[in-house]
Amino acid sequence: MTNGTVVTKILTHLERLEAESIHILREVVAEAERPVMLYSVGKDSAVMLHLARKAFYPSPPPFPLLHVDTTWKFKAMYALRDKAARDAGMELLVYQNPEAAERGINPFDHGPLHTDMWKTEGLKQALDKYGFDAAFGGARRDEEKSRAKERIFSFRSASHRWDPKAQRPELWNLYNARKAKGESIRVFPISNWTELDIWQYIHLEKIEIVPLYFSAKRPTVERDGMLLMVDDERFRLNPGEIPVDRSIRFRTLGCYPLTGAVESEATTLPQVIQEMLLTTTSERQGRAIDKDGGDASMEKKKQEGYF
Amino acid sequence: MTTTDPIYRTDALIAEDIDAYLVQHQNKSLLRFITCGSVDDGKSTLIGRLLYDSKMIFEDQLATLEADSKRVGTQGQEIDFALLVDGLAAEREQGITIDVAYRFFATEKRKFIVADTPGHEQYTRNMVTGASTADLAVILIDARKGVLTQTRRHSYLAHLIGIRNLVLAVNKMDLIGYDQARYEEIVADYRSFATSIGIADFTPMPISGFKGDNITSKSENTPWYSGPTLMAHLETVELDVTSAQAKPFRMPVQWVNRPNLDFRGFSGLIASGTIKPGDAVRVLPSGKTSTLARIVTMAGDLDEAVAGQSPTLTFADEIDCSRGDVIAIAAEPPQVADQFEATFVWMADEEMLPGRPYWLKLGTQTVSATVQAPKYQTNVNTMEQLAAKTLELNAIGVANFSTDKPIVFEPYADNRSLGGFILIDKISNATVAAGMIHFALRRGQNIHWQATDVSREKHADLKNQKPAVLWFTGLSGAGKSTIANLVEQRLVRMNRHTFLLDGDNVRHGLNKDLGFTDADRVENIRRVGEVAKLMTDAGLIVITAFISPFRAEREMVRQMLAPGEFIEVHIDTPLAEAEKRDVKGLYAKARAGQLKNFTGIDSPYEAPERPEIHIDTTGMTPDQAADAIVAKLIP
Repeated sequence: MTNGTVVTKILTHLERLEAESIHILREVVAEAERPVMLYSVGKDSAVMLHLARKAFYPSPPPFPLLHVDTTWKFKAMYALRDKAARDAGMELLVYQNPEAAERGINPFDHGPLHTDMWKTEGLKQALDKYGFDAAFGGARRDEEKSRAKERIFSFRSASHRWDPKAQRPELWNLYNARKAKGESIRVFPISNWTELDIWQYIHLEKIEIVPLYFSAKRPTVERDGMLLMVDDERFRLNPGEIPVDRSIRFRTLGCYPLTGAVESEATTLPQVIQEMLLTTTSERQGRAIDKDGGDASMEKKKQEGYF
Repeated sequence: MTTTDPIYRTDALIAEDIDAYLVQHQNKSLLRFITCGSVDDGKSTLIGRLLYDSKMIFEDQLATLEADSKRVGTQGQEIDFALLVDGLAAEREQGITIDVAYRFFATEKRKFIVADTPGHEQYTRNMVTGASTADLAVILIDARKGVLTQTRRHSYLAHLIGIRNLVLAVNKMDLIGYDQARYEEIVADYRSFATSIGIADFTPMPISGFKGDNITSKSENTPWYSGPTLMAHLETVELDVTSAQAKPFRMPVQWVNRPNLDFRGFSGLIASGTIKPGDAVRVLPSGKTSTLARIVTMAGDLDEAVAGQSPTLTFADEIDCSRGDVIAIAAEPPQVADQFEATFVWMADEEMLPGRPYWLKLGTQTVSATVQAPKYQTNVNTMEQLAAKTLELNAIGVANFSTDKPIVFEPYADNRSLGGFILIDKISNATVAAGMIHFALRRGQNIHWQATDVSREKHADLKNQKPAVLWFTGLSGAGKSTIANLVEQRLVRMNRHTFLLDGDNVRHGLNKDLGFTDADRVENIRRVGEVAKLMTDAGLIVITAFISPFRAEREMVRQMLAPGEFIEVHIDTPLAEAEKRDVKGLYAKARAGQLKNFTGIDSPYEAPERPEIHIDTTGMTPDQAADAIVAKLIP
């Protein structure tokens, strides 16, 4: 360089991940007609929303948030959902599959059908209803093996199916967002983040997350080796089962009757990270969804249109 | 193995002082690398080992791994690390990796993203994809086999995509008894090959992914080896993003940020260099200059921004700038050209068609581009340069490209972000190629458009008509020439100046060097399009009668002409009907196998989706059809 005064600044891994995610968010906004951000109120969604606010600052993110609701989320999640959308100055769309509501689909009686109807079908219906052609999702490649091979821009046929063998090559940071009418893209801006990256970033950027991630005394019952929180009166207690107050927190959040808690004393973010680093089980173990159907179950769900 | 190196054990700091630990770990850097090797070189095992040794495997995953190892593993009762990595169900059955997968692990110093790229022959495109974002490549060799054809191919591809840091990992040292002489023989063998293809330097090391030798700690089995362990090398090698800061400033504009009338910012990912408020900047391709006013982020304005960051910039003056433009340091702007030479890798099942327009995306610019016939193709196994008329899946070649408007670029060797591009098929939207620009062609700079004083409007006014191209398309024997002829007769009777370009006639002269392959059909239409364009400049109404089977080429001609001048006329005759008529006896020949690449028989016809005029020949006579077409042209 000619001026001879270049002092290099070594970007940290979080700064580079942030810059990459922001680049992806902007590419979609520049190239898609009708983008939307799927917002599930978990920590990954919180980071993705924060990145969107940074990407477009001082403008608010130029797309709405979409929550595909199962009606069975924790109460604390609904509270933060509405606040986060308000704080970001974004429109919040909430979609509940009317057929699932009519048939009273719930996690107690319907097992895998609960996820399929409320989440997989609900998502397809919502995307069709609003005509979104690009949807941001907070999936990470380190979560699960089939996700490790998915592209950042992942195409779905008009019937929302994923074909893992027909993925477009993604070179450099050039994303091909072109698609035929009826096709849509799922875009994963935080593909390259790990669970630890997410926590460190939340800590550094002071991002608000659902209090359920922090330990507190909460009413619980123990079932099939999982600690479940009795979040409202719809929880069906077995005969003789009495909720017990335990110091628990959650490592991952979903429908409350399907989400296992861990016993913990971690009440601050550093303590949560400390626990995570010292822990010996992987993150998704708390969720029942990966287990039905053997080790290829997530890949199968994704082909069918699960996010 | 020695255990003198404690850094890969769970850090005691985590339990003792988590806040101190977090501060320490917020300052890690990020290295992206790829591993390449043949099917049995132990790639997945090595990655599994890196994850395992850096404590990235949880107890539940380990339990699953142990169970899977016994059930489907290939290592007997021992842990098969490859199972940690091989993701998709189909691959598990085949026992090979078939796509690019990304893995993550971290040490105290760095976070790593590993692209796991396949060694199987038919998947060159996956390796190129994985390598495109990598700072470093680990080339794996099976110590029992030495340098193989695949080793040469992977090294060539890694070098081609511009990876400067190569590690030669001679794996499975345990299976040759840690034999130093054999190791050195392999390294020497590789060095002579590497030098021959222009690889200046590489770092060799003897390892065993399976046993863990020289992965995270120095192996006692190789006392003769004095170099670093693989992990130590990965932790210290220089990053591309850091070296990019020393280059001149460039930022492709992604998005214009306009929350209100008082703010106009330009958002992008900085490709190279550094920038400060007050620096003189230039916007390309317009060349307009301004001064950088602010570097805006949600956390507050920055004093300086560097390559790898994604800020929003504002200028001191209101100058035009939009998506696709590049903001550069004023004194050293990048080049602007519409013709250049590039190396490219073909990534689609359908072969490349010289002359067909594709979308070209480079940085944030998307333009229409055509590729000339390759100058040569490189055999990735022997590095020989071979003559080629086109490129097929996984082939690599060099060709000239021309774009429909100038693009801002830099040679790939200087700047990956401004020199790397993808080609996108205009119909299927698939990513069909990846290219790397060498240089602009001087031709593009030296041949200027000669302005003439008699304008095309004047030519048209003189003839008292509006020029147009009636582009007839349809199967052979559909009735194109017959109807085109009748249309021309009617127009001439109406004192219109016309010219009929007929497919067969043109092939006797202008296009007599062309055959009927897909590539020649594309060139045929390109030339006819150019001739038709010159004739519209002369004010004529041009009628063309060509099968013109591909949508992309008809679309190309439409783009060449002024808006509204291209009138697509679909002479729609069902194949069965055209074949029944078979005026020239061609269908019979094609069916008998005497005529190859015949449209409708063994070559596709892509019907127009929205033609301006649609003629169903089963429902009207040629005269009625001609009347209908003339009525549409001159209402």
